[in-house]
Amino acid sequence: MTESGTLLSIEGLSKHFGGLTVIEDLSFTVRRGARMALIGPNGAGKTTVFNLITGAYTADRGRILLDGGDITAVPSHRRVRHGVARSFQNIRLMAQLSALENVILGQQGGAHGLLGALQPVNLLPRNRWRAAARDALAAAGLADYADLTVAGLPYGIQKRIELARAVMAAPKLMLLDEPAAGLNPTETRALERQLAVIAETGVTLLLVEHDMQLIGSFCDRVVVLNFGRKIAEGTPTSVRQDAAVREAYLGTQAE
Amino acid sequence: MGGYVQGVLVLLAINVISAYAAYLPIAAGQLNLGIAGFMAIGAYLSAYLTNELGVAVLPAILAASGLTGLLALVIAVPVLRTSGIYLALATFAVGQIVEATILNLRIVGGAAGYPVSHYVGLPMIAGCAFGVFVLVFVLFRMRFGLCITALHDDAAVADLLGVNVRAYQTAAFALGSAIAAVAGALYAHHFSYIEAQSFNVLLSIYIVLYVLLGGTQTIWGPLAGAAMFTLLPELLRVGAEWRYVAFAVILIATMAARPQGLVTAAPLRRLFAARRAAP
Repeated sequence: MTESGTLLSIEGLSKHFGGLTVIEDLSFTVRRGARMALIGPNGAGKTTVFNLITGAYTADRGRILLDGGDITAVPSHRRVRHGVARSFQNIRLMAQLSALENVILGQQGGAHGLLGALQPVNLLPRNRWRAAARDALAAAGLADYADLTVAGLPYGIQKRIELARAVMAAPKLMLLDEPAAGLNPTETRALERQLAVIAETGVTLLLVEHDMQLIGSFCDRVVVLNFGRKIAEGTPTSVRQDAAVREAYLGTQAE
Repeated sequence: MGGYVQGVLVLLAINVISAYAAYLPIAAGQLNLGIAGFMAIGAYLSAYLTNELGVAVLPAILAASGLTGLLALVIAVPVLRTSGIYLALATFAVGQIVEATILNLRIVGGAAGYPVSHYVGLPMIAGCAFGVFVLVFVLFRMRFGLCITALHDDAAVADLLGVNVRAYQTAAFALGSAIAAVAGALYAHHFSYIEAQSFNVLLSIYIVLYVLLGGTQTIWGPLAGAAMFTLLPELLRVGAEWRYVAFAVILIATMAARPQGLVTAAPLRRLFAARRAAP
């Protein structure tokens, strides 16, 4: 594996649902260690791009290269082993399990096969899988919630547990679908701190986000989608002044 | 111990085993309405092995269980392509096919039924029930249990986390079927006579009800459900001809009061947390 500058490379990606074109000939690259945002009006295809990268959808055309390897045809449950993890727009934790158990589930990428299935994660009081999950929760400032059932916890806490779960997969690339949606300003700041810690460990982050303030303070690069195509790319400041981006969000100005 | 109490305990133990047979697939989000079919396969295999091939009882039961599990692996390939109500129908059909096949199998007596020569009593049956419970208990405290719960709650996320959904569903289905075979084999050896009609779809539905009423969230649910279904009708014998009316009323009241089942995860977790907090 070479230490090239590019971690993720999307090449000519297309996805149709029946007659509806959701992604059309999309290409962009994500530099290793980047904090990139994917933005665009509602229905631009941002979440579809995530679903294509994680393998929840199969691409009609085009390639997805991760760390130089082609993962376009890799089944979704194996992509985590190639280094892809994601969080969801609506929290998708296992509500009946404890925070700790949810985070242990995040280790699944490294626990495949029969031996993985037989790891005694809840059988022995102390084992390395529990310890690793506890450490991850502690690192995220969530140690107090480890043994509580997820269903009763505040929204902001659940969002951060989901991040801790994604970290457990030791991903190279983490996809975050609207991490700040539904959070109050205090919770957003706590989330941003947690994201910064994750980024400092060398994980590349790709965010779908509407909170331009968060993007301005946290992201170093932005790709703008509209109707499944890339219409602009650059720094947060430069795309904000881009004519095509303004048109996509606000419509054309009447003469 | 009187014969009556012993008889009730035998039924209880067999029902507990069959409840866990249904629990494994249900915990993984699959309703298997063919449990009785797999019990029949286990019963006939174990009876045949002891009657015709002279195999000792315990090895025969274990072999019947293993063979049924393998057969279930094969059946899982087409059946688990379906889900939800269609999976329930497909497994129902499997049960019907098994029943019809046995009715026409001359070497095991066909419609006349099949006498079973080797008898097993309460200690062996209770031992097997305990063994099955320990097996399920240990499995559900391994990563296997977490993955099963995860794919029941949200299969799409489990998949993205790296859980091989199909493999785990197949394992739960086959393991459940192997356990069902144990229940069927014990039934055969205890009652010394089996016929295809003993393993009809009504039995499958009862077994699924044990699990649904007992609760699907924890491994204690099937135990509670099987105990309630076995013991309550006996306790209600004092009510003479009204006992099934009383039983039905209690069942409906239970469903209304505890829609998630008798035993649920949250109170258990609180109980254990409180015990840990106490010195």
